[in-house]
This record gives sequence, C-alpha cells and structure tokens, in this order.
Amino acid sequence: MNGREFSAGLKAGTSIAIGYFPIALTFGLLAKTTGLSLLEATAMSIFVFAGASQYIALSLITAGVAPIVIVLNTFVVNIRHFLMTAALNEKMAPDDRWKKALYAFGITDETFSVLATQKNQKITTGFAVGVITISYGSWVVFTSVGHLIGANLPQFLQAAMSIALYAMFIGLLVPSMHGNRKVVSLAVIAGAINSLFYFTGWLSTGWAIMVSTLASAIFIEWISRKGVKRS
Amino acid sequence: MSSWYWWMVLGMAIVTYIPRAIPLTFLEGRELPEAVQNVLRNIPYAVLGALIFPAVFFIQENIWFGVIGAVAAFGIAITGANVMIVVLGSIAALAIFSGFL
Repeated sequence: MNGREFSAGLKAGTSIAIGYFPIALTFGLLAKTTGLSLLEATAMSIFVFAGASQYIALSLITAGVAPIVIVLNTFVVNIRHFLMTAALNEKMAPDDRWKKALYAFGITDETFSVLATQKNQKITTGFAVGVITISYGSWVVFTSVGHLIGANLPQFLQAAMSIALYAMFIGLLVPSMHGNRKVVSLAVIAGAINSLFYFTGWLSTGWAIMVSTLASAIFIEWISRKGVKRS
Repeated sequence: MSSWYWWMVLGMAIVTYIPRAIPLTFLEGRELPEAVQNVLRNIPYAVLGALIFPAVFFIQENIWFGVIGAVAAFGIAITGANVMIVVLGSIAALAIFSGFL
C-alpha cells in the first residue's frame, strides 16, 4: 500500500472525522442513559460502524424490542449500501479481493460520498483505507468519550454541530454541480422523491433513500440516452 | 446487559457488512453492461441529493437551524472553499444564530 495515497486519504477524511465528532459523542451519551456499559457502547461502534442503525438500536432497546427485530431493522436501514458499494466498485482501482473485503467494512454514507466524488479517475486502496481509518477512529474514540464524560457539550454548540454532516454533503456536491446540469438534476430529483417519501411516510428512511437514488439515477440515464439518439 | 446484547451486536455487524462487501468483492473484475455502468456513475450525486433533502431541514425542532445551516453551507461551498471550511463555517454560522435566539 502506498503511504502517500494513505496520507492523502487521511486528509480527505478529516471533514468526516469532524462531522462524526458530535454524533459519536451523543451516541456514547445516549448509550449510557440507555444502560449500556462503556464496553458495550464502544463495541457497537467498533463492530457495526453505522450511525443511523446504532441510534435506532438504542431507541429499540429502550422500547424493549426483541434483539432479532433490531438486527432486521439494521439490515433494512443499511441495504442502501448495496447500491453505494456497487457504484463505488466502478471507481475503485482493481485490487485483491481480500483487500476490498477488508475496506468494505468502512463504507458508510459519508466515506462513500468522499470517495465517490474524488476527481481522480481511479481511487487506490491506500486512499480508501486512509479516508476510512480517520473516520472510523473518530467514530469509535468519540463514542467512548461521550460515554465517559457523560455531561453534554453546551446546548448551543450541540445544536450548531448537528449541521456538520449535511454541510459536508453539500460541500461535496456543490463543486460537481458547477456548470453540470446532469449533476444538478440527479441531486434535485433524488431529493424531491425522497421528500415525497418523507412527508407521506410511504417508506422507511433506509428504503426511501435507496429507491429515490435509484429512480433518479435511472431516470437521468434514460433521458440522456434519448438525447443522444435524437442528435 | 446480558449475552443477548452481544448476539445482537454480532447480528448487526453481519447485516451491516454484507451490503457493503458483496458488490465490492463479487463485482471485482467483472464488466457490467454499459447502461448499468452509467446508472452506477449517476448514483453518487443522486445519493447526495437524497441524503441532504429533506433531512437537512429537520436537524433541530426549529426549522430555521436547518435552513440557515444549509444556506450557509451552500454559500461557502459555491466560493470553491474546501469541504472542511464548509463544515466549520456552517457550524460557526449556526453557533452565532443560536446566540440571537
């Protein structure tokens, strides 16, 4: 693995590490109030590494839901990663299968977004491992810290920090949007369909993101094909 | 917590890992049809749209947090600033905003 690629990855992943800080801290805190020990809370972050599912698990544990239902729920929430890793595979430089199987563990919405929006033609394993290492490190460490300190950050700062991950998504999307109508349409249509699901409650969040992403990506591909044929 | 907790974490770990690993390892070295490749190339931008909207507006009970945060992030990003500056800048904008509440 190339050391320079790895450190470039660490650098590219820093914004994720910052974005994870408040969420992991709050997760640690909530896990404590849910009755999990420091070890149990940190272990969930170490082995699962999936923000939304971990939060949902906490609320389901509190509600006394059966563990198997919590596991099924986790699957439904994370099924969208099928789509993301399939897309990412087109972007990643070829490498040994076991290496890909290893870093696949670290593909989250956030690491995916950073990797998939890189300008280079192909992304190396070293770069991916760099992005994932710093993100995962932040997630695990701040879960523990949140459980340990047990006291909140000042309320106003917590509220302000809740924008962090969305700001990162916006910061990744906007440069690609510039002068590219296709990218703008892809994002706007997916956002619109997802909003429809959100307000009608027809699909749960995990499915809604997956369906709106796929619908938008297929629709735009279909439209641009028709355009090519006509001209 | 008793042993069920550890079984549950194990189960969560497995069902989270499978969707992340199967496409990356299974598709390795396979050539997909052109149309499928194009759709997959569209996915990053579509995912970002779906991840941002509408959730960004509901980060706090007060919807203005989301609106101001999103506008700040968009405004900073359009100047071509680094992603980190976008993140820190929009946090700063909301910290100032909550001072006015």
